[in-house]
Amino acid sequence: MVIATGAGAPAHAAGAPWQARGADSPANRPQIPDSIVEARTREIAAGLRCVVCQGLSIEDSPAELAREMRAIVKEQVAAGRTRAEIEAYFVARYGEFVLLAPRPEGFNLLVYALPVVALVLGALFVVGFVRRWGGAEPDASPQGTGAEASRTRGG
Amino acid sequence: MSWLRAALGALVAVPILALLLFGMGRDPRAIDSPLPGRPAPGFELARLEGTPTRGPLLDAAGAALPDSFSLRADSGRIVVLNFFASWCLACRAEHGPLGEAAERYRDSGVSFYGIAYQDRPEDALGWIRRMGGQVYPALVDPGSRTAIEYGLWGVPETFFLGRDGRVAYKHVGPVSRALLAQRLDALLEGEAAGGDAATSSPGWQRGAEAPGATPELGVP
Repeated sequence: MVIATGAGAPAHAAGAPWQARGADSPANRPQIPDSIVEARTREIAAGLRCVVCQGLSIEDSPAELAREMRAIVKEQVAAGRTRAEIEAYFVARYGEFVLLAPRPEGFNLLVYALPVVALVLGALFVVGFVRRWGGAEPDASPQGTGAEASRTRGG
Repeated sequence: MSWLRAALGALVAVPILALLLFGMGRDPRAIDSPLPGRPAPGFELARLEGTPTRGPLLDAAGAALPDSFSLRADSGRIVVLNFFASWCLACRAEHGPLGEAAERYRDSGVSFYGIAYQDRPEDALGWIRRMGGQVYPALVDPGSRTAIEYGLWGVPETFFLGRDGRVAYKHVGPVSRALLAQRLDALLEGEAAGGDAATSSPGWQRGAEAPGATPELGVP
C-alpha cells in the first residue's frame, strides 16, 4: 500500500530523485509515444530482478516494491534514458544481483563458458566412445559377441 | 589406467562439489550493498502526522521539530536511518534499542529517523503507539522512492551515515544495543572513514569493502 501523505507533504514534489540529480531535464528530451515507452519499459523491466522475490523480474512480479521499481523504469524511459543508464541506476543501488542476467565479464564469464565447455567435453566423449565401438568391430572375433562384450568392458 | 580415470573423475567432480558447497553455504538474500562508502542519497520526507511520542520531539538545539525532514539539513551530523514497518515482526525487537540510542546519542550529534516502508500511515502510527511512542521522527516514503534510493531489500534495514554524508554502514535485520553502540562509537571516533564501510547482518559479517572505488551515486 502506497502511503498517502497529508497536506503539505513535500516528498519529491520537485520530481523523482534521479531527475533532480540528472543534468538533463526530461523537458529537454523529445516526447516519446506511450506505446513505445510501455514496450521499452516491459523489455527493460523483464531484465531486472524483483529483490523481494529473488527469481522473478519486476515485470512479472506482483510485489509492491517491484511495481514501484517498474514505475521508476517507466519514468526514466519516458525521459529518454537508455537501457544501460537505467540498469546502471539500479545496479548502483542494489548491486549487480539486480540484473537477472549477469554481465559477461570476469568471474561471470564462467556462467557463459561452462555450458559450452561441457558441450565440447561431452561431444569429445561421445566421439571417442563411438570411435572405439566402431574400431572394435573389424577385429571382433567371429566366434560370438560374448568375448567382444567382455573385451569392450575391460577395455 | 585406473588411476588416470580416477584423476579424470576427480577433476570433474571436485570443482562441481566445491561450487555446490560454496553456493549452499551462502544465504541467497545476503547481498552486499554497493552503498557503503558512497554519498548517502538525499531525501525530503514528511513526518507521520500525529506521531505519538515519548516526550517532546526536539532537535539538538531544543526547538520543536518541523513537519518534514531533508537529509541536507542534517549535514555534519551522524544520521541513523531505520526502515521499519508495522507488519515487520523483527522491527519490534529493535524499537527499544533504537529509542534508547537516540536519546543517549542526541547530544553527541547523532540524528535518528524511522522511515515507514510500504505501510499505511494509520498502521504505522498505531504500531508506534503500541510500541510506547518514539523519541525520534517517523517519516513516510510515498512510492517507496527513498527505500529504492537506498537499495532496500526488506525491513528492518538500518543505515549509518557519517558526518561526511556518506553511507558508513548498512545493517540488515534488527539492530541490537551492542551493535548500535559499537557502530555509533566508531563513527564518533571517526574511525569509519571510507575504507571501513561495510554491510553487516546478524547471520554473517563481511569484511571491509575495498576503499577507493566509490563512484558518485547520481545517474551516469
